[in-house]
Amino acid sequence: MDPRGFATAARLAIVAGKGGVGKTTVTATLARMAARAGLSTLIIEVEGKSGLPSLFGAEDLDYNEVVMSPGDPATGRGAIRARTLTPDDALLEYLQDHGMKRISKRLAASGALDVVATAAPGIKDILILGKVKQLERSGAADLIILDAPAAGHAITFLMSARGLLDAVRVGPVRSQAEEVIELLTDPARCQVILVTLPEETPVNEVTETAYALEDRVGIKLGPVVVNGLYPVIDDLDADPETLAADAGTTLRDGEAEALRAAAKFRSTRQQLQQEQVSRLADALPLPQLRLPFLFDVDLGPDQVETLAGALADEVGRLPAAAS
Amino acid sequence: MTSSVRQMVGERGIVICCGSGGVGKTTTAAVLALEGARAGRRACVVTIDPAKRLADALGLDRLSNTPSQIDGDWPGELWALMLDTKSTFDSLVAKHAGDEEQAAGILANRFYRNISGALSGTQEYMAMEKLFELHDSGKFDLIVVDTPPTRNALDFLDAPRRLTRFLDNRVFRILMMPTRAYLKAVSVATQAFLRTISKVVGTEVVQDAVAFFQAFEGMEEGFRNRAQKVLELLASPETAFVLVASPRRDAITEAMFFADRLKESHIPVATLVVNRMHPRFGAGSAEADRARSHTLAGAPLGAWYANLADFRSLADGEEAHVAALVERITPAPVVRVPFLPNDVHDLDGLAEVATYVVAG
Repeated sequence: MDPRGFATAARLAIVAGKGGVGKTTVTATLARMAARAGLSTLIIEVEGKSGLPSLFGAEDLDYNEVVMSPGDPATGRGAIRARTLTPDDALLEYLQDHGMKRISKRLAASGALDVVATAAPGIKDILILGKVKQLERSGAADLIILDAPAAGHAITFLMSARGLLDAVRVGPVRSQAEEVIELLTDPARCQVILVTLPEETPVNEVTETAYALEDRVGIKLGPVVVNGLYPVIDDLDADPETLAADAGTTLRDGEAEALRAAAKFRSTRQQLQQEQVSRLADALPLPQLRLPFLFDVDLGPDQVETLAGALADEVGRLPAAAS
Repeated sequence: MTSSVRQMVGERGIVICCGSGGVGKTTTAAVLALEGARAGRRACVVTIDPAKRLADALGLDRLSNTPSQIDGDWPGELWALMLDTKSTFDSLVAKHAGDEEQAAGILANRFYRNISGALSGTQEYMAMEKLFELHDSGKFDLIVVDTPPTRNALDFLDAPRRLTRFLDNRVFRILMMPTRAYLKAVSVATQAFLRTISKVVGTEVVQDAVAFFQAFEGMEEGFRNRAQKVLELLASPETAFVLVASPRRDAITEAMFFADRLKESHIPVATLVVNRMHPRFGAGSAEADRARSHTLAGAPLGAWYANLADFRSLADGEEAHVAALVERITPAPVVRVPFLPNDVHDLDGLAEVATYVVAG
């Protein structure tokens, strides 16, 4: 499959995974890959603080769109924009769009959203998803990426619409929920990209999340991104002294020790990661997109560029979409 | 010399582990409780959402309202509990209700049933409530709490206040008035406001809320007092806050945010635990290794040098991140736990982590 085809298979991609697996990094990587294919991307963040801007070297996010990467200066193709959606802002906007501007101010000031949200749980989520749906419908970008809340909460978040249908029998919230379900269950409009690490607990959790999303939300699962794989180096069990002799050089004092320890660490890790990758393949019959571990402690635009290249290669290995 | 962590688990009554998701908070909490038991104390760990195998190892196969004991070779006791938000809230309602009828009325209310799942901060508040209850029972010398992985992870400090504020909400007060009286007493603007809410979410939802607040009448005081006591306990010198982080930039940023929030609340950080630190192999410079790897490009040894350079620069970068955080929480002691080859999912694994934690 080519990256462009992958990124346009559904306009909305929801990136989900447990905390610490690199969800935001994968979000940025996916956007960058789409941008390289000439597509415009809108990233939506739903939790207050986000590491997203630093991945693009851009300024902080806001409810209004912020440009992460301008794209082609002449055509604007490949631009990446991002915004934060909060339930309060989405509610205000909703009310204002429906001729209830005055009431919206009161609602915000009185803290009534909490009351309403308790009365009908999931309402905050539906306000956000409703706004996402509106953006998807209006074609706000070629690709819209939603950086979902951390794992357990992602399921609740995406199930909110179904829950609301039971609680709310009439009115605009109900129709909003119905339209959100339509979006989430339409594989031509929406897919979930799960992110995990090649480690035991994240592999278990991503498997559980995948089945829960498929069974309980009925959402289409795209490939699962396995993040942070050490690029494999072969022959790490050799002897550095011998290798030095072969290369016609000598090692300094203590260097053999450090080289050996680092090589041992790497090969142990490589092996554990490979085991987890195959365990994931057995447990979850989804194609895997494997991203390399980067040794840079701070990720920025350069690293995202590298990862986007790696992701495009991985996508290239996927079979073309069945028609 | 007694390590600072040994001293903490040996002397404090409550240890609260806070940090963002994915940094090893649950493991750290379990390790601290285990250390408490080893120090001869009756220790209990309260967890929110442990990974399955760790939960199994701790005998936590299901949510529970009462701690279960873990047998092992230590002089003290080790107990564990996986928080059941809903049943903790239920017993709180039962405790504060005037009579059984009032309690039953609230427990059956649909709005109430939503509170445990939907009201933000409920889980955090119930964790603190459970902590208070366990502390009050006198059965434990040390209670270690693993806080929920909220993004704004100091929410639990605000949670008791937030719930009482919710109960004090002006809109609620209006809703709580008997129906006819409220129509008279309430201003035109408020009526319009309530109508709008009904229009958006349906009248049933509003009726449920009204019924709840009517049933709840008279209980706010009890809840408020309880919340106040919980806050006092959190602020008492008996309580220690442990900040858990990993050396990734986002985790460090969040940990700094916590550190600042704790400082604002005049709560000192007792210990900083940084999990998943990559090892530093030897003292040489990463740049020199990198240069060697370029000179040796093509030979297998070149890849070995590149590997050494990668790990050395990674370890240096992580240490720089940690140093910035350490500066914020100084003079609190810092514990560095290396990135272990395997996930921790049994008591042996906890014991292994413990050797690093008490060494700090």
